[in-house]
Amino acid sequence: MTTPVYLDWNASAPLGEPARAAMAHAFTVAGNPSSVHAAGRAARKIVEEARASVASVAGAGAARIVFTGGGTEANALALNGFAPADCIVSAVEHDSVWAPLSGARVAPVDRDGIVDLAALEALLADRPKLVAVMLANNETGAIQPVAEIARLTRAAGARLHCDAVQAFGKIAVDFEALGADTLALSAHKIGGPQGVGALIVRESVQVNPLLSGGGQETGLRAGTQNVAGIAGFGAAALAAAPMAAGLRDALENAIRTAYVGVAIHAGAAPRLPNTSCIGLPGVSAETQVMTLDLAGFAVSAGAACSSGKVKASRTLAAMGAGTGAGEAIRVSLGPTTTTEEIDAFARAWAALARRLAPAGAKIPAAA
Amino acid sequence: MAYSEKLVDHFENPRNVGALDKNDPGVGTGLVGAPACGDVMKLQIKVNAEGIIEDAKFKTFGCGSAIASSSLVTEWVKGKTVDEAATIKNTDIAKHLALPPVKIHCSVLAEDAIKAAIEDYRKKRV
Amino acid sequence: MSTATIKPPANDRANAPRRPVYLDYQATTPMDPRVLEAMMPYFTEKFGNPHSRNHEYGWEAEEGVEKARAQIAELIAADEREIVFTSGATESNNLAIAGVAHFYKDQRDHIVTLVTEHKCVLDTCRHLEQEGFKVTYLPVKPDGLVDLAELDRAITDRTVLVSIMAANNEIGVIQPLAQIGALCRAKGAFFHTDCAQAYGKIPLDVDAMKIDLMSISGHKIYGPKGIGALFVRRKPRVRLQALIHGGGQERGMRSGTLPTPLCVGLGRAAEIAKNEMATESARLLKLRERFLKTVNEKLPEVFLNGDLSNRLPGNLNLSFAYVEGEGLMMGIKDLCVSSGSACTSASLEPSYVLRALGVEEELAHTSLRIGFGRFTTEAEVDYAAERIVQAVSKLRSMSPLWEMAQEGIDIKSIQWAAH
Repeated sequence: MTTPVYLDWNASAPLGEPARAAMAHAFTVAGNPSSVHAAGRAARKIVEEARASVASVAGAGAARIVFTGGGTEANALALNGFAPADCIVSAVEHDSVWAPLSGARVAPVDRDGIVDLAALEALLADRPKLVAVMLANNETGAIQPVAEIARLTRAAGARLHCDAVQAFGKIAVDFEALGADTLALSAHKIGGPQGVGALIVRESVQVNPLLSGGGQETGLRAGTQNVAGIAGFGAAALAAAPMAAGLRDALENAIRTAYVGVAIHAGAAPRLPNTSCIGLPGVSAETQVMTLDLAGFAVSAGAACSSGKVKASRTLAAMGAGTGAGEAIRVSLGPTTTTEEIDAFARAWAALARRLAPAGAKIPAAA
Repeated sequence: MAYSEKLVDHFENPRNVGALDKNDPGVGTGLVGAPACGDVMKLQIKVNAEGIIEDAKFKTFGCGSAIASSSLVTEWVKGKTVDEAATIKNTDIAKHLALPPVKIHCSVLAEDAIKAAIEDYRKKRV
Repeated sequence: MSTATIKPPANDRANAPRRPVYLDYQATTPMDPRVLEAMMPYFTEKFGNPHSRNHEYGWEAEEGVEKARAQIAELIAADEREIVFTSGATESNNLAIAGVAHFYKDQRDHIVTLVTEHKCVLDTCRHLEQEGFKVTYLPVKPDGLVDLAELDRAITDRTVLVSIMAANNEIGVIQPLAQIGALCRAKGAFFHTDCAQAYGKIPLDVDAMKIDLMSISGHKIYGPKGIGALFVRRKPRVRLQALIHGGGQERGMRSGTLPTPLCVGLGRAAEIAKNEMATESARLLKLRERFLKTVNEKLPEVFLNGDLSNRLPGNLNLSFAYVEGEGLMMGIKDLCVSSGSACTSASLEPSYVLRALGVEEELAHTSLRIGFGRFTTEAEVDYAAERIVQAVSKLRSMSPLWEMAQEGIDIKSIQWAAH
């Protein structure tokens, strides 16, 4: 079998060369960054340099960067100690925000997946303590107006947590400009290693540590730092360049031409340049993913984080997609994705649509 | 925690380690700190008839900063009058050795050691 | 007395290694090249998200993760389904203790632990106290070991969890796990053991020792940092409330994308440890004896903290009376050792573990932890012993306390000013 074409970069991006090189060096440093001897100081230097790199790329200025074991933990850390009853959560949040805030009031989104600001303002009248809105959605790529939401939440005296795991490295992320109080990042979505993330914490903001003991990360995250992983994160952050939307747009054009019934979810919203959420009415997402896998394309249905079961997408359902919520795949591109791969995918998708789309749908003869 | 060159030099090549005869009427001995706190300094000065400190010796149980601070003050007090020596401030010591913030207490202890030695010397004189 | 300058013997200088000698294997260990080799493919060609169940990239990654899970389980005679990956032993300890306490809080509300546990265990217990749980912090005997009769008395029908480490991070003493496990099982309390230091170093068997939860670290066994595991017994089943929610990975006990290469690294490290534990232990014991012999021959008044026979083979914790530990470390800059434990060594407090053994504060300040490991050579041990002997001798010649002791003055008889 030839190597499948990887179009699932939002699930995990392959490790990039800058991160690999930084990690290869860091793996040769023996010390524990908390040790005061020479080996410990060498390890600490690596961690602190990476911290400066991540901070500079994220526009974090004087804010604190707390390294965590991943984006999920960064979200958990930001939310720790908040009772769901005191919180507002957008309808399209990732499970790592959605699950701990289960029971919170939900800020609805429009049909393009963008938070309804008027509805949010109405909810803010109840003086919640925390609002959680992601920067970019993992399934559709839709980008929320976080700066505007930050103004609203601040005026209401609430804290804003922003999950920027999917956005960071794909579009410019500026912590100060966004105005969130806490911002979650992940390394492995941007060519860094799995198992590393960060929470950016505004100076004036107190977070409740999730892991205690040891006092690392200014007491906010105990546990010996993952030195090599953090080094990889720093290098990946420096190397990440905002992507152009050209290839993704070409893909969507080809698909629209192949099958007029296709639904590009959140297509009218500002989106990540690499993400396309493609709905094929009448065909289950699982069938589409498996068919494409057999054809040599790795894509996903909904989010990859669950136990493997493909369920209808909560995000798409919140956007009013109805049965379409179970009929969409996510195609996510990376910096090394080629035009040839996109052309090949478009052909495979057209073949799938011709074969599986319900009878009666109008399908042109050739893609 | 990177230490300054001066500090490392005083630690590795401490000046004036040793002891003077504490029963000599011209010798003042200061013993400050506590073993349980992790540092003890013994500083001795030998004062001549003109009231000039002509010799100083120290022994210190403590970290590198404590040893360097006590070594430094033995150099500083030599040749000074007792009154001049009494004006040495811990901040001068900390600045000279570029002590990190967690080690400022070592300079305080060194200042205390000078004062204690002077006090002991003056007690013997009356 | 004049300034003592003790020059190292010429041949010692010639033998001096160029890089600092690393003797801090309880703080962290260098990665075994074989571990890195196993990890590398998962950084590059097999990079998929192990939770992507619908394509080959995901399957490859999942296969790597599951093989590692089996390797980790095998070392402690557990079932692979009983292994939950975490970001490290700190998270494992937090998850085990808080997770069990929260899940069973309506039935039982009491936890028993030791005063010498790792900070992350003690801190978690303190948090639980603030939430209303009751915690008994048992003292240890002067040799660092738990008093089993006292433990027996401490466990009540309200006790949900006993958390006792297998081997201490500072003094390396190994607790009688099988006896503790038997006590816990008899009284219906779960037994959690922090094995960050012991896993891969000494034989562990979760059934024979009746262990219900075990915390495991990657970077203490020549694996990568940023990965650990928690053993969670299935029969009889132990249930946990998760700390990190979300995608439902690790059977809901720990959400978040698994870092495949790190999981693979921990698995490989466990496999190597299993294969080489016996020979490695014997070698480390010999190195330790060699080191102790030199030091004891050349230096008076050196005291070993913690029991010697029930101890990790690579660990020593010595008090060099009358010489302050930080100053000593500065005097042996070309050796990487630790005064106190790495997590707290930035603070100036003497080790709470040594204090718990009844080591007096002034002696606790004179202690070094010296850790030997897989890559320690005989030449390094000899060099380190000589360097320590020199530095201690020099610093003693500068120590007012040593001087008093030589003069026969009892240091305790002096009225010290606290500052």
